[in-house]
Amino acid sequence: MRKSKHIIAVVILIIISTVVLDALFLFMFQRPAQASTQATIIDNFTNIHFAVQAFLFSLIMVLVLYSVVVFRRKPGEEEEYGAHVEGNTALEITWTILPVIAVVIFGVYAIFILNEILAPQPDEIVVEVNARQWSWSFSYPELDNKVSDELVLLVNQPVVLEMQTEDVIHNFWVTEFRVKQDLLPGSMEVLRFTPTEVGDYRVRCAEICGLQHATMRAPVRVVDQATWDAFQAEMLAQPKIGDLTAVERGELWSQQFGCLGCHSVDGAPGAGPTWLGVYGREETLADGTTITVDDVYLHDSILDPNAVIVEGFNPNIMPANFADRFAEKEAEVMQAEGLEIGIVEDLIEYIKTLQEDTNAN
Amino acid sequence: MRTIIQGLVGGVIAFIIGAALLGIVRLAFGLSFWGGEASLVAGWLAFVIGWLLGVGVWEYWVREWFNLPVKKFEATGTSRYFTFCTDHKVVGIQYLVTFLGLFLLAGLLAMVMRAELMAPGRNYMSGATYNNVMSLHGTIMVFVGVAATVGAFGNYILPIMIGAEDMAFPRLNALSFWFVPPVAILLLASVFSNGYDTGWTGYATLASSTREGVIFYNLAFFTVGFSSILGAVNILTTVIALRAKGMYWGRLPIFVWASLGTAILSLIFTQFIALAMIMSLLDRVAGFSFFDAFAGGDPLLYQNVFWFYSHPAVYVMILPGLGIALEIISVFSRKPLFAYKWAVFGMMGVVVLSALVWAHHMFTSGMDSPLRIPFMITTELISVPTGLVFLTALGTMWGGKLILKTPMLFALAVIFNFLIGGITGIFLSDVPVDIQLQDTFFVVAHFHYTIVGGGIFALFAGIYYWYPKMTGRMYNERQGKIQFWWMFIGFNLTFIPMFWAGLNGMNRRIADYVPDLGNINFFTSMSAFFLGIGFLLFVYNMAVSLKKGEVAADNPWGGYTLEWQTSSPPPLENFDTPPEVVGDPYGYGEPDAKHVIFPAPAATD
Ligand code: HEC
Ligand SMILES: [Cu+2]
Ligand SMILES: [Cu+2]
Repeated sequence: MRKSKHIIAVVILIIISTVVLDALFLFMFQRPAQASTQATIIDNFTNIHFAVQAFLFSLIMVLVLYSVVVFRRKPGEEEEYGAHVEGNTALEITWTILPVIAVVIFGVYAIFILNEILAPQPDEIVVEVNARQWSWSFSYPELDNKVSDELVLLVNQPVVLEMQTEDVIHNFWVTEFRVKQDLLPGSMEVLRFTPTEVGDYRVRCAEICGLQHATMRAPVRVVDQATWDAFQAEMLAQPKIGDLTAVERGELWSQQFGCLGCHSVDGAPGAGPTWLGVYGREETLADGTTITVDDVYLHDSILDPNAVIVEGFNPNIMPANFADRFAEKEAEVMQAEGLEIGIVEDLIEYIKTLQEDTNAN
Repeated sequence: MRTIIQGLVGGVIAFIIGAALLGIVRLAFGLSFWGGEASLVAGWLAFVIGWLLGVGVWEYWVREWFNLPVKKFEATGTSRYFTFCTDHKVVGIQYLVTFLGLFLLAGLLAMVMRAELMAPGRNYMSGATYNNVMSLHGTIMVFVGVAATVGAFGNYILPIMIGAEDMAFPRLNALSFWFVPPVAILLLASVFSNGYDTGWTGYATLASSTREGVIFYNLAFFTVGFSSILGAVNILTTVIALRAKGMYWGRLPIFVWASLGTAILSLIFTQFIALAMIMSLLDRVAGFSFFDAFAGGDPLLYQNVFWFYSHPAVYVMILPGLGIALEIISVFSRKPLFAYKWAVFGMMGVVVLSALVWAHHMFTSGMDSPLRIPFMITTELISVPTGLVFLTALGTMWGGKLILKTPMLFALAVIFNFLIGGITGIFLSDVPVDIQLQDTFFVVAHFHYTIVGGGIFALFAGIYYWYPKMTGRMYNERQGKIQFWWMFIGFNLTFIPMFWAGLNGMNRRIADYVPDLGNINFFTSMSAFFLGIGFLLFVYNMAVSLKKGEVAADNPWGGYTLEWQTSSPPPLENFDTPPEVVGDPYGYGEPDAKHVIFPAPAATD
């Protein structure tokens, strides 16, 4: 008699606790705006998890707390023991089989959800994402491969990101889209989603990638058709390489090759020395010697950065593969515009212009 | 002290020899004598050998082997703890105190991190320093998690529980402890070479391009692995070979089973982390390219090998804790362990399944997409054997006579915290949900719930539970309860908000975050400081009670298991007369239940 009373009480408490906890979870763990089709699907699925987990938590904690309150040893019971129960096989078997069934159901459900999230859409556009320590750039094959350091997307237009890293592993994550994908050195990773809400968001790198991992972010803008058209026009109107002066090209390269992720042009500290006033500066090197920064020094510093190290900075931070990457880009420009350029020379010309006084006016 | 000095002298001499040998080879190839990182690695490997020779290998093995007169360390009292001592109880205390010290250190590092994260922007330190602190915190905590509980109680309590006089290989046991100090030295030394910023996971290929401090991490993890493997061999052999008469497998206390499971995991899987570390080192200092995609390697290979160890390691950290919690719950509920055999089954199920789930750490890594499904299923299936362990706890309490003393409170908190760790683990095991949550603070909160909320809380439970046995004195119950509530509340206030932060855009391992996460981080930091103070309360209670505590009875909790049937603290070889086991270890509620008898020794003629 008493036993069934306990069981009824526990069942009622578990039901109440599940309902209350589920509501509490949904209230407590509100998530940021859902800005993609994937976000809605993933959130709904997460909400099912909240309900199931509220039940599991209640099932166990209600039993624990109930025991603590009801079966607590009272004064005068010091010599008393609980009943000598060694187990209950039927209960154990049920307790094993039910979760197995639940896991299978959940697993199959998750497969459907996953397929839905990953499914290619009929009219996707491609954006190439390039990451490096510690910056992002986005290039649009449909817009003449023009490069931007902000990711602009048309609302309700499915996209495929083709993502590559130039050095270590990074991770593309936009909370509001609820999707995340590592970028692996040496391979191209693909990420699909469809933005659904116009707004300003942010890419965050979610895989530790060294010194400035925390601030490796990039703006994302989901825009309506009119803004998108304007963006397209603006991108396409970007001048050809051939129309630029060496200094302008240098500035462009410094963005495209991510130099500015480490070097500031305004004297601010960073992972590498600031470029402001570097040309002509007396540089102290890690081995204690000094050197005057000239064209040759800059040339060598860029192509073989570990040969000499500036005092106060670490070796092996600056990528050592620019020579190859520049050659590749130079060949590309050659092919596209029949133009012979030297990227290092352009960069040096640009760096030369970054002097205190020129900046002042 | 002499032991430590000998070890250091031996280590330094060996370091010089090791680095010099490499130097000579380098000279022969026309390179400079000092090869930077390569020389450090060679020197370190030699250092470990020199250190071990110095602390005891020379005295205990080499001299004996060559029939030289063996000088025995005859230290007594406190100074025993600073020697190469083969008494399992001394080794247990050495583990316990060393790892509590490391836990304190890693906790302080956590406080430093929380100070920096208190507000957005740079507050107290550079991003480089933060990354270094974060990586060290993680690495040290993982070492604590892997070795503290099983090292302390697996050595001190387990042999007594099965009625043995010592571990099966006492000298090896001492050796496994003496691997630890150089590892601690090494990790701290990494600070002097700018530290490392890879986190405790040391992923390729960041590990081969970042600051050179990372080799200290590689070498430390590699070295501590030896300690784990030796310890595991010892526990396995002890349990298999040294059980007292009548201690059948079905009569082993649950903590022994848990330690056995842990030992199996350590023995099988530790070699994989050593492998990952070696490959990573070779990539970095010797120009191999196991993981360098631009030279024919595969960066995912590192993650696979790494997690092939590091997921089972999660159970190395938590299984002994679950064993302790169940032990305590039975004693403090005055009821036999419910469905003991199913609980054993559950623990062994966890051991088996934990080998099949490693890739759940890689759902967003770029691994083959359909392959994620089987790993999702196996991971969720782990809830089945774990569920059996929970059911045992519940069934034991149901209808018992619960005594809510400090060890019991901590054991109940283990259930509570580990349950939260478990159910949030189900979120993470589910691929579509994990795509959002991977590498965020949700994960950080999740594993702190399992490893700290489960594992470390169980360590505290065990310390309070066995304190009278180990020291012969009672701790202060009132202070113990205060400390419990302090830590329990502090812990939950610290880590619950992290779930929220993760869902709302706080990625992992960041020295800085966007301003809209400011409030939640401020709150988290405050709670963390509060939690930190709780540990000091614990240290205070333990230290004061050591001298001033009430003298403890042999069996203050009314337990049936063997450690309670001998004096507190136990004599040198644990029992005055060899015990004989005659019944199961949880006889509550059965009239005249007996686990053990001490037959009078047969008179020798
Ligand atoms: C990942 C960070 C990083 C990136 C990206 C990077 N650098 Fe550096 N750079 C450094 C560091 C660190 C140093 C200082 C150490 C050294 O001397 O090699 C440095 C040094 C230099 C120097 C010498 C500066 C001086 O004060 O003497 C030059 C010139 C330079 N970088 C140019 C570039 C150019 C051009 C690019 C892009 C094509 C670039 N860097 C990209 C980190 C970086
Ligand atoms: Cu990053
Ligand atoms: Cu895992």
